[in-house]
Amino acid sequence: MSAGSGGRAAFSHKTAEIAVAALLLLLGAIAIFDSARLGFAWGEDGPQPGYFPFYVALIICVSSLVNLVRALVAGPGKSKTFVEIGQLKLVLAVLVPTAIYAALIGWVGIYVASVLFVGFFMRWLGKYPWWKVLAVSAGNSVVFFLIFEIWFVIPLPKGPIEALLGLN
Amino acid sequence: MDEIQSLLHGFAVALSFKNFALMFVGVILGVIIGVLPGLGGANGVAILLPLTFAMAQTPGGTTSAIILLSCIYWGALFGGAITSILFNIPGEPWSVATTFDGYPLGQKGRAGEALTAAFTSSFVGALVAVVVITFLSPIVARFALAFGPPEFFAVYLLTFCAFVGTSKEPVFKTLASMMLGFALASVGSDPVTGTLRLTFGSTHMLAGFDFLIAVIGLFGIGEILLTLEEGLAFKGASAKINFRVVLETWRRLPTYWKTSMRSSAVGCFMGIVPGGATPASFMSYGVARRFSKDGEKFGTGQLEGVVAPETAAHAAGTSALLPMLTLGVPGSPTAAVLLGGLLIWGLQPGPLLFVEQKDFVWGLIASMYLGNIAGLIVVLTCVPLFAAILRIPFSVIAPIIMVVCAIGAYTVHNAIFDVWMMVVFGVTGYVFKKLSYPLAPMVLAIVLGDRAESSFRQAMLVSQGELNVFFSNALVGSMTALSLFLLLWPIVSAAIAWVRGKRSG
Repeated sequence: MSAGSGGRAAFSHKTAEIAVAALLLLLGAIAIFDSARLGFAWGEDGPQPGYFPFYVALIICVSSLVNLVRALVAGPGKSKTFVEIGQLKLVLAVLVPTAIYAALIGWVGIYVASVLFVGFFMRWLGKYPWWKVLAVSAGNSVVFFLIFEIWFVIPLPKGPIEALLGLN
Repeated sequence: MDEIQSLLHGFAVALSFKNFALMFVGVILGVIIGVLPGLGGANGVAILLPLTFAMAQTPGGTTSAIILLSCIYWGALFGGAITSILFNIPGEPWSVATTFDGYPLGQKGRAGEALTAAFTSSFVGALVAVVVITFLSPIVARFALAFGPPEFFAVYLLTFCAFVGTSKEPVFKTLASMMLGFALASVGSDPVTGTLRLTFGSTHMLAGFDFLIAVIGLFGIGEILLTLEEGLAFKGASAKINFRVVLETWRRLPTYWKTSMRSSAVGCFMGIVPGGATPASFMSYGVARRFSKDGEKFGTGQLEGVVAPETAAHAAGTSALLPMLTLGVPGSPTAAVLLGGLLIWGLQPGPLLFVEQKDFVWGLIASMYLGNIAGLIVVLTCVPLFAAILRIPFSVIAPIIMVVCAIGAYTVHNAIFDVWMMVVFGVTGYVFKKLSYPLAPMVLAIVLGDRAESSFRQAMLVSQGELNVFFSNALVGSMTALSLFLLLWPIVSAAIAWVRGKRSG
């Protein structure tokens, strides 16, 4: 972790610990609920379908409770920074476009989405001139198209633009 | 010596022109994967796995496919050292310990020596592990032929309890992460009765979570997010290895033979027992520091401090394939991905593999010898080329890696939902890594969850619900007992520490 930058903390380590432990506790509870619906007792022919997930979820809940209590008890003096604001901005600057990218794949296909994604990255974070942005982002998709569709014959999701070009 | 004969036969299989070419392709791809941030052995192999589907359908193709994938793995193991020594960025978790002495050496202008030492000791570690695999795995496999469901469950239990007992992370975090993996594995249809579980009416969840998606997200996207925090620029020493430096380093290396042997032993042990390459490298670095006469100089650029972790990491990474092949229980996430590959190609890993698929097994083992020689040649000659990859600006390489991960996630099941899941797993990996929730037990739980559950329930059907079936004979009993001991070890060691603290205080 870059200790030298000395930015302000976006979250403390403690907050993050508590949030994760609580989330896992919730997930465990949901799983317990569904296992109880299926039955977690011993049937006539061994354990019922819910048996295994029930105990697994129970251990999740117990461990998360311990983690939660530990995080809550930990004094503020020990509290470290989980992520600094500057770091969080960088992480989100990648994460948000990635999420949008994943959503775009379904609409316009993976090749067009990748051109947009790589292009956005290079232009916004790398500040490259447009011609370089275009060359790399389009070139990247063309190379992947050749590798997957032509060489390995593995079809990847395609959208309306490929249909227009007759590449489907 | 049956093994020698089988091995010679394996060399005949592995030495076809096609397989030999695949070995070099695999190693080169692997090193590139190892050098790039966010791509590593586990997710690199996971992404490239779908490309082998077609290859595996041709006659003898499964052998070629496993040779390609395992060589990618060897390459990734080699590649991690390059970034550690030149850039102080461990390309792989198991090369973190290599940065301690490798990077200072690079800063002193001795990068060539450090790299040569790292590659050579990786090679030595791998070689020791392959020899162990050659002679030990037929024995283990023969032994395991007699295994029934209780024995298999005991092996799974041992695997997971070993994570709890040997983990450096807090015990309850290890448990939470592992059980989350088991819960994810149980989503979908119940392996025994087919009842739908934990799907909540969603059609996307019917098939359950594929661990390949988890691996790509957790290790790929998560790793990139972590790397981002460090900033966007890489600054590093320049890399040149000339032949004279190589020879000089090779002349000095034999003086570290003791460190080498110790590290190989630590590595093999940690690889077979599911500890994995990363703890092995740290442990071996610590052991070497304690036993070396230059121990206090460790961390300032000692060649020995590069030899120790690299030997152990490679030995552990290689020997992790032994339980995968003989028992169907992988010792590391990458071994788990390879196991997934075997299943997809229609091979059942486990003791029967050694009886029914002799060509495949021995071809693979022979290719381990050859692949590591190929790896050593490739890395020694092409370091400047691989180092140049890291000079590609992050704002160009990062989105391309993301695209590669997305394509990899999509091709597993041709499902766009998987790409979304990959992003979710990516965030999980990032947060878990920062809060020191270990990822390896979670991945192995996703892989083995269904089979651990089936073997448990089959054992229960046989014994009509009596738990004492897990103590019914010496073999299964000792494995169960050892598992319970490992599971309780954190409590025992905490109690010992407490008693000691009381006495001294």
